[in-house]
Amino acid sequence: MNIFSKIFNKQSALIPLVAILLGLLFGAIVMLIGGYNPIDAYLALIDKVFGNPYDFGEALRAVTPLIFTGLCVAFAFRSGLFNIGAEGQFIAGMTGASIVGIKLNLPWFIHAPLAVVVGAVFGGLWAALAGYLKAKRGVNEVISTIMLNWIALFGANLIVNRLLIEKGQQRSVHIHDSASASMDWTSAILDNARIHWGTLVGLVCVAVFYIVLWKTKQGYELRASGHNPEAARYAGINVQRNIIKAMFISGLFAGLGGAFEVLGVFKYQAILTVSPGYGFDGIAVSLLGGNNPVGILLGSILFGFLSYGSAGMSFEADVPNEIIRIVIGSVIFFVASHGIVQLFLKPFYFKRARKRKEAV
Amino acid sequence: MDIITTLGQLMNTTLVFSTALIFVALGGIFTERSGVVNIGLEGLMTAGAFAAAVAANFVEAGGGAGAPWIALIAAILCGTLFSLLHAVATVTFKANQVIIGVVMNIFVLGLTVYLVKSLYDGQGQTETIKEAFSRVAVPYLSKIPFFGEALFRAYPTTYICYALIIISYFVLYKTAFGLRLRSVGEHPGAADTVGISVTKYRYIGVLLSGALAGLGGATITLTTTNDFSHTTISGQGFIAIAAIVFGRWHPIGAAAAATFFGLAQALRNFAQLFDFSKHIPNEVLYMLPYVLTLLVLAFSAGKSNAPAAAGEPYDPGKR
Repeated sequence: MNIFSKIFNKQSALIPLVAILLGLLFGAIVMLIGGYNPIDAYLALIDKVFGNPYDFGEALRAVTPLIFTGLCVAFAFRSGLFNIGAEGQFIAGMTGASIVGIKLNLPWFIHAPLAVVVGAVFGGLWAALAGYLKAKRGVNEVISTIMLNWIALFGANLIVNRLLIEKGQQRSVHIHDSASASMDWTSAILDNARIHWGTLVGLVCVAVFYIVLWKTKQGYELRASGHNPEAARYAGINVQRNIIKAMFISGLFAGLGGAFEVLGVFKYQAILTVSPGYGFDGIAVSLLGGNNPVGILLGSILFGFLSYGSAGMSFEADVPNEIIRIVIGSVIFFVASHGIVQLFLKPFYFKRARKRKEAV
Repeated sequence: MDIITTLGQLMNTTLVFSTALIFVALGGIFTERSGVVNIGLEGLMTAGAFAAAVAANFVEAGGGAGAPWIALIAAILCGTLFSLLHAVATVTFKANQVIIGVVMNIFVLGLTVYLVKSLYDGQGQTETIKEAFSRVAVPYLSKIPFFGEALFRAYPTTYICYALIIISYFVLYKTAFGLRLRSVGEHPGAADTVGISVTKYRYIGVLLSGALAGLGGATITLTTTNDFSHTTISGQGFIAIAAIVFGRWHPIGAAAAATFFGLAQALRNFAQLFDFSKHIPNEVLYMLPYVLTLLVLAFSAGKSNAPAAAGEPYDPGKR
């Protein structure tokens, strides 16, 4: 109970909620300007997510990668680092899982777990590279992770093109069935929605995130290095090594997300023309969730549902589904500049304060 | 084809690609020198590219003349408008600058593609601009072998760009305005004590970055792609940021760095001219600018010249 009251105290819960409302409202205004009916559009969105078992399952599938990238961004942030590179680490994870899933032939109980682990490690190492550059070379991690995103995008395409390509297609060959991470029994319940083990692993990671960061010595060192590197150094903590470690663990989360996307959803890796975008949404999710594991879970459910439901908006209400990027963008904008939200809230606070005074 | 002409053309293409990057990098220098980090340059560039394409389409549909120039102005206005959002959030409301920058990128890309689909009956790109900029040769100078071809047969935007590099240098280092702007980025507390308004100079810095990034985005639609879609900018704003770091927050340094990245892009287009390039996969060429940036950052000796207060909201209470 204690944890919950800590997470849902008034300030930290109220601002995201108001920001979400403002974001949806802003999206509605943009729709009105574009000549669309926002009520129809939002109803179509809700219908798309909750309308039938298949769509609900697919919406859960869309939530899953956001849990991972959200945890990734938040873990780095808690350690005082800005990891803009969840995108690249996600792609690295996809690639690691694809290589193992396609190139190796193993029994299922080794194959799928190995592919997941290799994907996670690929993501971790990709992030650790940025950590190394920061710790040893003083390269700002914001710049290096952005660069590494692009290198990962083209590097992954290179590997798919040279090693894994299905002739005549813009994608790799399929992974072996033994490497599949699908959860067939749940899929069957949900009309063959592409449900996979990643969703459960994501929930476990939410707990792992909490335990590692707040219940272990290592987590304490990471937070101390992030909060006040000078004090941490004085206390005998190796700050440089902790920067690399923090990035590695952060990247593990994104890598896991990427691995499950290949092994559980698509079963192949496409040649990407643009980044899949989960990394950037991860920043949104982590911010909305206050860099808190439970908050991140709620944030990824919101953004995952919005993203998946937006397809319904464009299909039924004819609204271009980019509208949801506008909504998500403005929600984060309002969370980040909470001063603006407080400005909106002020009149209500005043009224309540006055009432209290009158009561006295 | 003789080697001199080829190299001249390569240099010319380099300039076409780097012009846009230089505009954006100059804008980034103004904002970062004032102490506001702007990761949103990519988004501001996108806004400019979008506004330019739409404005050009509208002017052409109305039969009006001077479409590219009106488009250029529209792009500057649009970039400035979006950077105003950035300034309000980061300077007035002290929001985290990196987060707001990332948000701007998500937000602007969503908004522009949404508007394109709304305006063009669900299509993913604007109509092709018929009267985009064409190359202008400077009399006499363009006849010089190699250099004439390389430097003096260029788009009008490139000439504007030459001028802006010099103007930016002059403004930043030779005027009182520049001194104040830089002081706000180095030590806002000290600047505040001597009566320089931190808020005002930071607003100016951010708005200038919006105007210049908008100009950079317009350069791409009006010289290279001739229309706007969601892939028009794809990462060039980030390369411009790299050019700023690489060029150590100095207009001339950043322009040189941007030219270097422009060369990396031009080489991609010219690759088939060289025999050895047959062995290099396309993806490696695409990666090149980013890998080079990382290597340069990792091995550049000495401390960076980043403005000391960049990234920190100014809090007078901490003075």
